[in-house]
Amino acid sequence: MSVVFYGIAALTVAGGLAAVLLKNTVHCALAVAVAFAGLALLFLSLDAQFVGFAQILVYVGAVAILIVFAILLTRGAEPVTGGVFSKSWLVGLVIAAGVFAVLGWAVLQSAHALPLVTAAPAVTVQDIGVALVGRYVLPLEIVALLLTAATIGAVIVALHEKERTR
Amino acid sequence: MGVASPLAAYLLVAALLFAIGLAGALTRRNAILVLIGIELMLNAANLNFIAFWRYGPHPEALTGMMFAIFSIAVAAAEAAVGLGLVIAIYRYAKTTDLDQMNRMKG
Amino acid sequence: MAAAPISVTLDQVFIVLRDWLTHFLPAALQPFAAVVLEVVAIVCVFPGLFALTTVFERKGLGRMQNRLGPNRVGPFGFFQPIADGIKSLTKEDIVPLNADAVVHFLAPLVLVVAVFMGFAVLPMGRNMVLVDMDAGLLFFFAMGASTELSIFMAGWSSRNKYSILGAMRAIAQMISYEVPLLLSSVTVVMIAGSLSLTKIVEAQNQYTGIFPHWYVFTPWGLASFVMFAIAATAETNRTPFDLPEGESELVAGYFTEYSGFKFALFFLGEYLGMFSISGLGATLFWGGWSAPLSILSWVPSWIWFFSKDMAAIFVFIWLRGTLPRLRQDQLMNFAWKFVLPFTLLNLVVTALWRFMEGGWLRWVVCTAILAGAYVLMGRTGMHRKHFGPRSYRYAE
Repeated sequence: MSVVFYGIAALTVAGGLAAVLLKNTVHCALAVAVAFAGLALLFLSLDAQFVGFAQILVYVGAVAILIVFAILLTRGAEPVTGGVFSKSWLVGLVIAAGVFAVLGWAVLQSAHALPLVTAAPAVTVQDIGVALVGRYVLPLEIVALLLTAATIGAVIVALHEKERTR
Repeated sequence: MGVASPLAAYLLVAALLFAIGLAGALTRRNAILVLIGIELMLNAANLNFIAFWRYGPHPEALTGMMFAIFSIAVAAAEAAVGLGLVIAIYRYAKTTDLDQMNRMKG
Repeated sequence: MAAAPISVTLDQVFIVLRDWLTHFLPAALQPFAAVVLEVVAIVCVFPGLFALTTVFERKGLGRMQNRLGPNRVGPFGFFQPIADGIKSLTKEDIVPLNADAVVHFLAPLVLVVAVFMGFAVLPMGRNMVLVDMDAGLLFFFAMGASTELSIFMAGWSSRNKYSILGAMRAIAQMISYEVPLLLSSVTVVMIAGSLSLTKIVEAQNQYTGIFPHWYVFTPWGLASFVMFAIAATAETNRTPFDLPEGESELVAGYFTEYSGFKFALFFLGEYLGMFSISGLGATLFWGGWSAPLSILSWVPSWIWFFSKDMAAIFVFIWLRGTLPRLRQDQLMNFAWKFVLPFTLLNLVVTALWRFMEGGWLRWVVCTAILAGAYVLMGRTGMHRKHFGPRSYRYAE
């Protein structure tokens, strides 16, 4: 593995850790944006150009922005009273560590069976487009429906009901 | 200790990110940060899909990549609805602290 | 045919220059050195254009407002940018006491880097593109979307109510207009069949008689271009969409608390954003570096690209001198109730155009649908909109 990979991986993991550990909520949101960007770079290092750019467009450009908007709308940027971690933080930490131990153990156990370096697959954006409207057209339509429903749902949920004054 | 396969390295990074996201979702008090943790877990899963697509036997079938693309689209919808819910709850309860949201009845 | 080689040499003069400069190096280093040279060229040329544009903008606005504009430094005031540069470099860099120092420092850097990245995929002439990516258009929009976060960082870290208000307005506006921006560009992708900007230019670099096949000369292309131009103006926070930085109400919005060099970086980022989005518009709809008439093909291709870019900048300046600022609710109504439905309809029209092979019928049908929709939505629908007092539904 190259130095580039270790650099990107370190950046991504550091962003993720900062997002979980920092005290200020807005800093967490900015750190998670760094993690998203690092993941996009990892996708690029895996020759998945289209997904990498889509990741930046959707996550850094939209989801991170949504998160900071939500933080400001709920006054989350103000200093919190009484700790940022939940009362049951130890249980959560143990569960997460256990999950990582199991996953890491599984990966390392099967590492010898995994394929070595292979040639980069020659996939163009056109291939992805053809596949999207060909073999995967039904999931595409369902996602379109889901996105429409989610947009309407989010607007209705967040809509402030007007008080009737009359 | 060197990792033999590049795939294993990517899988380890993904596992680490997943664990970080899970820890965040389980330990933070702010509802928005729990959502951030969930997003991190989804992203870690995406990394797995892309890594398996890249080093799998049939990259030209695009299965893993398609899964990642759909997962990104669904995650965007999930974030929008989730944050909408957080804002609605905040408006009602005036807090986003999950430890204080312990009643099923208003 | 003695003239042909000269015009070809002129056309490729920068490529020749680059190859000549890199051939002194060992062969292994040459590709790397070529990329470095190209990056240096981009990093020098566009800030240079920025300096020129500031003085032209001030003089042009002065002309439109019946005054002189800058006329003290150098001949006709043309050395004004140098004076401005020295001023901004030597001024004290003030960071507010309460500001979040790290985020406050990073915001202008993130903005300028993200904006510069967008230039990497713009074809500025024949064979003149830094990286010819398969998904070039997507890359451009991904970089454009990253600038939003830097604006938030600037506004939030300043701990100033004007800054945060400006940042929130800017982000709301940029998100609202990013949807039509993307959707109006998608029409070009539908017809050209590629996300690569060089392929899009090549698809337009053909001529019927002496007239070019530019997409703006088709009904759907014209509609797309108008929507693209509106959305691009909003994305770059220019008048009439300059609500986020309205000097008279927000004291420059999200960069109120910036001074000295960092302020100059924001200023630079904003103008570079204008250059890149104008370049994209020229590439998508106006044929990029291709000549407007086939008989003019001997003019070097990069001249065409940069003249189209500068023409767009002139329109930006003209609009700034002409139109008043929109109010927030008018801005949102316009985006979601007119621009977005119209671009969606335009997608359908473009598909129709794609599948009705040739002939005059598709011209009639597509023009009729678009004109009908414009009359219905734009004229009748917006005509009796009495914009009443604002109601604050989402803010508490």
